[in-house]
Amino acid sequence: MRKFLIKLSKIERRYIYLTLFLALTLPLIFPPNFPQKMSPTVKSVFEFIDTLPPGSHVLLSADYDASVLPEVDPMYRAVLKHCILRGVVPIGMTLYPQGAVLALDAFKEAEEYLGARRDTDYVFLGYQAGFQAVILGIGENIKNVFPKDYFGTPIDSIPAMRGVNNYKDIALVISFSGSSVPVTWVIYAYSKYHQKVAAAVTAVSAADFYPYIQTGQFVGMLAGMKGAAEYEYAVRKIMKDEGIEKLPPAKAVKGMDANSIGHLLIMLFIIIGNLGYFASKRRK
Amino acid sequence: MLQRRIPLVIVFITGVLMSIQYFIPHPVSQSAYNIALTWFRGVSSMAYAIAVISFVRHHSRRLKQPQNSFYSAVALAAFLFMCIVGFGFGIEEGTVFYKMYLNVQVPLQATTFSLLAFYMASAAYRAFRVKGFEATLLLITAFIVMFGVTTIGNYIPFIPKLTEWLMAVPNLASKRGILIGVGLGMISTSLKIILGIERNWLGG
Repeated sequence: MRKFLIKLSKIERRYIYLTLFLALTLPLIFPPNFPQKMSPTVKSVFEFIDTLPPGSHVLLSADYDASVLPEVDPMYRAVLKHCILRGVVPIGMTLYPQGAVLALDAFKEAEEYLGARRDTDYVFLGYQAGFQAVILGIGENIKNVFPKDYFGTPIDSIPAMRGVNNYKDIALVISFSGSSVPVTWVIYAYSKYHQKVAAAVTAVSAADFYPYIQTGQFVGMLAGMKGAAEYEYAVRKIMKDEGIEKLPPAKAVKGMDANSIGHLLIMLFIIIGNLGYFASKRRK
Repeated sequence: MLQRRIPLVIVFITGVLMSIQYFIPHPVSQSAYNIALTWFRGVSSMAYAIAVISFVRHHSRRLKQPQNSFYSAVALAAFLFMCIVGFGFGIEEGTVFYKMYLNVQVPLQATTFSLLAFYMASAAYRAFRVKGFEATLLLITAFIVMFGVTTIGNYIPFIPKLTEWLMAVPNLASKRGILIGVGLGMISTSLKIILGIERNWLGG
C-alpha cells in the first residue's frame, strides 16, 4: 500500500493533465446541471436591478478582453438580459478596445432571444480611450465623452438616451473586468460623483475587492464562474417564468459544473500527493 | 536643460491647479476641468501610438536574431494583416477584421489563459504538502475556499458561511492593510512628481 502511495505521488505530469482534461470536458458534454444557490454578494446586485423602476438606466462597462471571456462574458450577458427583462435600459460601453466586439455580441444575443431593439431598449456606446478621463467625463456630461454611439448615431437623437446627461441619471454602473478597473470606477465615479458601482470580476481577482463591499462602495459583486452561473441561473428562471420558450445556451451553468468537478479533482490530487509524501517520510 | 525644465514646470502648474480646482465648484473652474478632461483623453489615446511603434521596433530588431526570427515574423505578419483588413475594409460586424478577431484572437487568448488550470493542478499536486503548521493552515484554508467556490460546496451546511467569513474577515483585513499602504504611496509619489522631486518619468 505504502509503495503504491509513493508511486502515485510521483505520477507523471501528463496523466494529471489528461485526468483534468477529462474532468473538465465530460461535464461540458454531459452536463449534470447542478442547481445554483445565490451567494449574498450576487444577490445584492440581482435585487438592486430587479427593484429598479422600468425606464431606469444601468451602465454596463465591458472592461475585459478575450483572456477572461469564459468567466466574465456570461456575467455581461446575464446582467444585460436581466435589465431588458425588467424594462431597465442598459447602456453598453467599454474602456478596453477589445471589449467592444465582445459586448456587441452580447447585445446581439439579447436582440435574438428577447427581441430587444437598439436605441429603444438598449444603447451601445462602444469604446473610448482614457480610463480615468472617460469615467470623470461621464460625471460631467456623457455627450462630451460619447457624442455618437458605436453605430455613429448622435446621442441626442437616441430615444433611450433622452434625459441622460451624467451619473445623476444612471442608477448603477457595473464594471465587468479581469483586472483592477472596478476600483478605478470606485475612485472616480463613486468618490467624486457618489455613483453606485458594482463589480463583476474573475474568481482570481475577487479577493481584492472585498474591502470595497464591506465599506458599501460596491453595491455587490459577481465573482468568477460561480457568480456568473448564479446570475445566469436566476435570469433563465425569469425567462422561463415569463414564458420565453427559446432560451440562450447556459454557458456559465455548464462551465460551473465543469469548474466544480475540476476543483474537486485538484483537491483529490492534493490529498493523494500528501498521502504519498507521508508514506515516503515514514519509510525514511 | 530646457528639455527637462519645461515638462517639470508644466507638471507643477497642472498638478497644483487641478488640486485646487477639485475644491472650487465655480463655473470657470468647471470649464477648466472639462478642458483638462478632453486633453487627458487625447494624451491617453497617444499611448496606443507609442505601443504600436514599440511593438514594430521590438520585433523588427528580433528578426535579425535567428533563434527568435520566426515568432517575430509571425507577430509582424499578423499585425500587418489585421491593419490592412481593418483600415482597408472596416471593422464593422461581418467584416474580415471582425471575423478574425472573434474566431482567431478570442479563442487563442481564452485558450492561453485556460492552460493555467493545468499548471495549477500539477503544481498543487507536487507542491502543496503538509510540512509544518503554516503549510497545514494554508492547506485547510485553501480546501475550504476551494469547496466554497464549487456548486457542491453550497450544499454542505457550514461551507458557504465559512468561505464568506474567510474572504470577508482575514482576507479583507490583509487586503485593507495593503490598500492603505498603496494609497499612502500614491499620495507621496504624486506629491513628489508635482514638486519635481521624483523625475524618473522624464527618462532617468
